[in-house]
Parts: sequence; C-alpha cells; structure tokens
Amino acid sequence: MATEFHRGVTPSADGDPGRGLGGPAAVEVRGLSRSFGDRRVIDNLDLTIRPGEFVALLGASGCGKSTLLRILGDLDPDFEGEVTLPRKRAIAFQAPRLMPWKRVWHNVVLGLPGRPDRARAGRALAEVGIGHRADVWPKVLSGGEAQRAALARALVREPDLLLLDEPFAALDALTRIKAQGLVAELWERHGCAVLLVTHDVEEAILLADRVLVMKDGVIAHEHAVDLPRPRDVADPRVARARGVLLDWLGVRHEIRHGAEA
Amino acid sequence: MSVTESPGTYVPPAPARRAAPAGRVRLVPAHARGRGLPRWLRRTSGPVALVALWHIASVTGVLPAEVLAGPATVVSSAARLIATGELQQAIVVSLGRAMAGLALGGTVGVLLALASGLTRLGEDLVDAPMQMLRTVPNVALIPLLIIWFGIGEAPKIALIALATAFPLYLNVYAGIRGVDQTLIEAGRTLGLGRAGLVRHVVLPGALPNALVGLRYSLGIAWLALVFGEQINATAGVGYLMANAREFFQTDVIVVCLVVYAILGLAVDMVVRTLERIFLAWRPSFTGA
Ligand SMILES: Nc1ncnc2c1ncn2[C@@H]1O[C@H](COP(=O)(O)OP(=O)(O)OP(=O)(O)O)[C@@H](O)[C@H]1O
Ligand SMILES: [Mg+2]
Repeated sequence: MATEFHRGVTPSADGDPGRGLGGPAAVEVRGLSRSFGDRRVIDNLDLTIRPGEFVALLGASGCGKSTLLRILGDLDPDFEGEVTLPRKRAIAFQAPRLMPWKRVWHNVVLGLPGRPDRARAGRALAEVGIGHRADVWPKVLSGGEAQRAALARALVREPDLLLLDEPFAALDALTRIKAQGLVAELWERHGCAVLLVTHDVEEAILLADRVLVMKDGVIAHEHAVDLPRPRDVADPRVARARGVLLDWLGVRHEIRHGAEA
Repeated sequence: MSVTESPGTYVPPAPARRAAPAGRVRLVPAHARGRGLPRWLRRTSGPVALVALWHIASVTGVLPAEVLAGPATVVSSAARLIATGELQQAIVVSLGRAMAGLALGGTVGVLLALASGLTRLGEDLVDAPMQMLRTVPNVALIPLLIIWFGIGEAPKIALIALATAFPLYLNVYAGIRGVDQTLIEAGRTLGLGRAGLVRHVVLPGALPNALVGLRYSLGIAWLALVFGEQINATAGVGYLMANAREFFQTDVIVVCLVVYAILGLAVDMVVRTLERIFLAWRPSFTGA
C-alpha cells in the first residue's frame, strides 16, 4: 500500500518489538459481539488494522463506535468473539480526562513505571506544543490545550495502537484543524496504528489510510484513501470520497452540500 | 473599564428593538464594585454595635449582673483569669482533650471509611452498622461511657472520639464512592493497577469530601467537649464554667463561651489552610 511509503518510521521506534514482528496485523477482531440487554450493538464484527495503519471509523450516533473502542481499550470485558491487540495501547477520549489533582506534566507520565519523569513529560508536552503549560493545574488549560495534554499522555507511552474517540469533537473549528494537523504529524513520527472515531467525514478522509463505516453492528463499508499527504479539502478526489461516504452514512449528500456551501 | 451590553449591537429582531433601552445592562468590573466602606469594616460593625448595646444595657442597670455581666466586667475577669494562669491552663487541658478525641475518632473513622470504600467485604461488614449507629445521639451515650470508663479523662475523650468518627467516616466513604468513574477508567488505560488507582485517583478524588468531614468533626468535637466537660471535670474550660455556675459568676461563664468560640474559629482556620494547600487544583477553588 502506498501508505507504507508515506509513513516515516523514526529510529526511536526500534524499541517496539511488536511492529513488523508481531505478525501482519496490529489489530485482529473476529466475530465480535456486544449486547446491552436485548440490544445487540455490535453483531459479529470483523476488523483488521495493520501495524502503523491509520484507520478512521465513521457511523451514525449510537451505532456502537465507542462501544467498539472501549472493548479494544480493554475497558469492557463483556464481549463475545476474538480480539487480538498489541500490548502497548493508549486511548484519548472525547473529554481529556486529566486528573485535576495532578499538575499537567504529572498527568502525562502517570502510570509509567519508575519515578515520575518530569523531563520526559516536558518533551512529550513540547511535542504537542504546550511545553510551557507543564507546571499548571489542568483546570487552567483551555479545551484545546487539555486535549493536547491528553494526546501527549497517550503518546508518551509509545503505543503500537492509538485509540482516539472523537478527540476533537469539543474543539472549535480552527483549533480542530490545528489538532488534526498535529495528529497527522505525530502519527507520521511515531508510526503507531491509529483507530480514530469521528463524526467528521472530511477529517476521516484527510487523516486516514482507510475509512470504515459502521452500521447495524458491523463494518458496513470500507473506503481506502489512496491520496498523497498532506491532503487538501479542496482536492476533487477528497470531495468524491466524501460523497461516497456520506451516501453510506445515509446522508443524501446533495443536501449536505447545500447546507454547508 | 466597563462593558456595555446591548441587544442592539447586531440587527435585532423587532421585539428586541422595542425592549432595547430598558433591556440594557451595564457590567461593572469586580474591582470597581462595592465602593464605600471596606468589607471587613462592614462585617465587624454588626458585632461592635451589639457589644455597645450590651454595655449600655449593663451600665444603665437594664441588664443586671446576676443575669449577664457587662462587657467591661467580662474583660476584667478575663484579664484576671489570664493573670493567674487559670484560663491558659484550662484551654490547654480542653484543647488536649479535643485533639486526643479527634485523633482517635478521626483515625478510626477514616480507617473504617477506607475499608468500606475500597473493598466489597469492608462495605458489607462496616457500612450497615455505621449507618445505624450514626443515628444515635452521642450525648445519649454519656451514661454508658461513665459506666465503662469511670469519670476520669477516658469517658470525655471517648465521647469526643465517638462523635468525630462518624462525620469523617461518612464523608470519606462518600468521597471514595463519588470519585469520577471516567477518571478511574482513564487511570486504568494508563496502566495503573489497583494500588496505583487508589493512590493516584481514588484518594485524591476523595480528599475534598474528607476535608468537609474534618470540618464537621472539628465542630462536633467542640460540642462533645462542652458536654464531656460537664461530667465531673477537675480541669478545663468546662470545669471553669461549672465552677462559675456554682457562684453565679456570669462574667466567667461569658469568658468561657468566648474562649469556646475563639477556639472553634481557630480550628476552622486550620481547616481552611489545609484546603488552601491541598485543594488548590479544584476548579471551584478561588483562593479564599
Ligand atoms: N453501558 C451501557 N449500557 C446500556 N447501553 C449502552 C451502554 N453503552 C452504550 N450503550 C448503548 O449502545 C449503543 C451504542 O453506544 P455507543 O456509545 O457505542 O455509540 P457511538 O457510536 O459511540 O455514538 P456517538 O457517535 O453518539 O458517540 C447506544 O445505543 C447506547 O445507548
Ligand atoms: Mg461515542
């Protein structure tokens, strides 16, 4: 796939035994089901993500995207089926979920083995552009800054799989565009597999190697995005992909065009 | 500077235009508000007026000394008690009792709360009896405590310990159970084990409630102290007061009341300081 050439794997990735050695797939899900009471939210779902692949997951509200992500994040053990994952995973949620009683830098390295490493936290925060906010309480961070801190907290663990559940949904449009650029950049540098849940079709096309559409408890559609990076919203190929995906999401895209023009 | 808000800054719909002149509000920045007397002066003027009234009532004979001694007498009695060292000694004894009782009761209350907050077994064993016992008024236990512990220091400290254990238990337990589940989840995804979650998520999250519990406990410790020192005390502020009652020394009684009030305020200030140090991270914290 073309993406293999676009992704720059840094030498720092040497410490990751999983990549390239742990078989062809980073994530392998077979026959996954999850019910809440009588409702089968996920129904015999299959999903494969290759190491270093950026996958975006779209789907109507309530279709089970977060449920899937929580299972992959080992936060929900009540599923049926087979799930194989890299050992090193990290999650960023829609809300930053920083511990309010720990300084930002301490939040970033929380849970890492050994003594809290201030310098390491500082580097991770600098990487997401908020190195100067390391010593404040989370309460003083803006929404975008808090989300960046959560991203730094995820990346400092050098995960092989990064799970993102609508991390930009609460951000304003400008901040979101910057955050998307940041994620693209960080992904190219870290080379981890990413599963990004989003409602933003454009965001999915701009960032992902592959866009999945979830519907009725399964991956109903899969769209490979074979476009060179960085991608441009104005690219007619992006617009075409968008139309196809919106159709799959059940939105008549002529109407969407009209509404957004 | 000031901000003038008006619905007329954009093209308004018709109803808003009609309401515009009356519907305008001028916002005043905080530092420009409340000009006039400084706040502390306004807040102290009430008590000062009350004392003045009390003084006038005393010197005019409206308030006889047998009912309530005047402020002047109270001040001179206080000076006398301080000069003989009686007052200081009484305060030391009372404060010692309150702190000993609080240390004992607080430790037990917090430990029980940790047991029932952090483990299922602890909850099943501890919580139901605690919820039942807390409804018993502490003062009702005095006869039993005297039978068990005699009339020395032990029943007084036991009473304070009993009284302070419950507020701490209830609040720490509620704090532990009320910790934001999404943060616990986040902690798990960061690789924190059970001990790590307790240390980095659950206990810090329960701290605000624990300090509320401490404040309640301190308030109740004082109350229990007053009751406890009425039973056969031979030292302490309560003893001083009981003695004064024998001789109708209302001035000494008032001095003791003032001492109780000042000690209560001082202890409250300690809790505030603890909050300032340990809860600086709270979004609602304003530095007061
Ligand atoms: N703990 C739960 N108990 C019962 N029902 C649940 C639970 N969690 C999720 N559900 C249900 O499962 C369905 C899928 O939820 P999920 O959060 O995965 O949706 P989603 O695709 O992430 O939606 P959104 O895009 O709005 O975030 C919803 O109908 C929801 O009500
Ligand atoms: Mg969701």
